[in-house]
Amino acid sequence: MNKEKVIELNKVNKWYGEFHVLKDIDLSVYQGEKIIVCGPSGSGKSTLIRCINRLEEHQEGTVRVRDTILDHHTQSIEKIRSEVGMVFQQFNLFPHLSILDNCTLAPSWVRKMPKKDAEDLAMKYLTKVKIDDQALKFPGQLSGGQQQRAAIARALCMEPKIMLFDEPTSALDPEMIKEVLDVMTDLAKAGMTMIVVSHEMAFAKEVADRVIFMDEGSIVEEKPTAQFFSNPENERTKLFLSQIL
Amino acid sequence: MKIKNLANWSRQNLFSSWYNSLISLFCIYLIIITLPPFIDWAFLSATFDGNLKTDCKTSGACWVFIKVWFEKFMYGFYPVENIWRINLSFLILILSIAASFFVRDKFKIYILFFLIFIFPIIAFILIHGSFGMQIVESREWGGLALTFILAIFGIIFSFPLGVLLALGRRSELPVIKYFSICFIEFWRGIPLITVLFAAAVMFPLLLPADTYVDKTLRIAIGIAIFESAYIAEVVRGGLQSLPKGQYDAARSLGMGYWKMNFFIILPQAIKTVIPGIANTFIALLKDTPLIVLVGMAEILGMINLAKANPYWLGMAVEGYVFAAAIFWVASYFLSSYSQRLENKYSTEKK
Ligand SMILES: Nc1ncnc2c1ncn2[C@@H]1O[C@H](COP(=O)(O)OP(=O)(O)OP(=O)(O)O)[C@@H](O)[C@H]1O
Ligand SMILES: [Mg+2]
Repeated sequence: MNKEKVIELNKVNKWYGEFHVLKDIDLSVYQGEKIIVCGPSGSGKSTLIRCINRLEEHQEGTVRVRDTILDHHTQSIEKIRSEVGMVFQQFNLFPHLSILDNCTLAPSWVRKMPKKDAEDLAMKYLTKVKIDDQALKFPGQLSGGQQQRAAIARALCMEPKIMLFDEPTSALDPEMIKEVLDVMTDLAKAGMTMIVVSHEMAFAKEVADRVIFMDEGSIVEEKPTAQFFSNPENERTKLFLSQIL
Repeated sequence: MKIKNLANWSRQNLFSSWYNSLISLFCIYLIIITLPPFIDWAFLSATFDGNLKTDCKTSGACWVFIKVWFEKFMYGFYPVENIWRINLSFLILILSIAASFFVRDKFKIYILFFLIFIFPIIAFILIHGSFGMQIVESREWGGLALTFILAIFGIIFSFPLGVLLALGRRSELPVIKYFSICFIEFWRGIPLITVLFAAAVMFPLLLPADTYVDKTLRIAIGIAIFESAYIAEVVRGGLQSLPKGQYDAARSLGMGYWKMNFFIILPQAIKTVIPGIANTFIALLKDTPLIVLVGMAEILGMINLAKANPYWLGMAVEGYVFAAAIFWVASYFLSSYSQRLENKYSTEKK
């Protein structure tokens, strides 16, 4: 594989006060790769991906996204955030704005797109996630699955090069999980670089190139998908897989 | 049929249990002993005609007093031939507020912009005078017009200042954070009357001898700063009620601090605290009569002057009932306006 490395984490460490959440994290992600991150609750999965777009600040090590090294400068942070989209467990749509406005806000005010273009773009992505007919509704009027798809469309409207997903289906009722995973699968097939924190193992097997298992703040196992499931080495990974599969 | 409905209604609403019955009976008793005498005094035996105190021969209210002094109560000692300038200013204000009910949301922003940035200038030019209009010094302003000028100035300036202070108090930059905390706690800790005396009497002593800031302006700024501390705390309550995810989402979309607050955080935070903001503004309106104590005559001050007039002694009750009615109407308007806003946004969310 001689593809471009788009994310590189080097010896990243983070503490919450005394508590060591991320321990010497090394991670490289190549253009177009899909990475699944799993592990027990509290192992630092969310913290890890939130460090990539600086929703959390790391204290040691380097984070590089494409050509930008993440540091204290607002410029580097804003550059990275404009290239990295994020989808959250709780959707975090803006409840006071319609779905369409949720999608056009950042393109028009951050990317300074003309209103018409922003709306066309938003409708394009809302159609892609199959909720273009809900564009004028407010988030509170949508089902959980529709809200999460709207949140995906909102992130895509910034036309990011990389997408981060933090347990995008954990807050959903079972019958809605599929519609969200379908949208994510389409996105993966279209070549998006994705890091997904998820315990949906069927989804992982279908789309992931690599699976990362985290425990107590460290990456304890990192393998191509097939090997990860057929031949896990670490005891904790085995235990975890036996519980979840 | 009607009577039966009434009986049903009162059984459900007034006499549903023995203690409710007791409270209802007590309230009915209070109404019976106070309302008829008041109606008799205010309307039935009241005198409306005439121009002199001696025209009031009945035992009821002497509304002649209000009629004769009406212009002074409304405009203070503002020159009579220029009163249209005050009326025009308030007409512009009322029309633009009324217009905001009828236009689409997009234009409301422009109306808001007009009210905050342009209207104060127009109103000042009109009321104070320039461009060939006769200058009316602010010490001649008075009456209800002055009440409203101070209240509106207070509202227009304390609101943005309060919002900035609320944001400052939650800032991650220690300098801004502690400055905001000190500022808010300082102004909340002193009574308004102290602020008024300081603005009227002490502040000029601190200035270099050749600078002069108009007294009405000093008082208005004092009131605006004082109220901004309260607005700040109300808005902070709204900010605290927002889930952290809203910040995460805004940041992850690349919005910087100001865009995030302007588009995402403040609109939601302010909506949740509309009742608290309305409360603060109603309190502000009702606090303005305190300026009597620093020698300015807004409506209550003018009533005090009038009732001390040798020809009109003994008119205190009429004057104060009139003032109470005016303040009640104004406060009621503010509170129903806020309720309207609140309803509008609570349906939008659903
Ligand atoms: N703001 C914070 N302050 C202190 N500790 C925190 C903070 N945020 C997270 N933690 C702790 O850091 C650890 C890792 O949290 P993180 O949210 O990254 O876990 P996770 O792997 O995403 O878990 P889950 O599967 O439950 O989402 C947890 O033990 C958590 O209690
Ligand atoms: Mg998590």
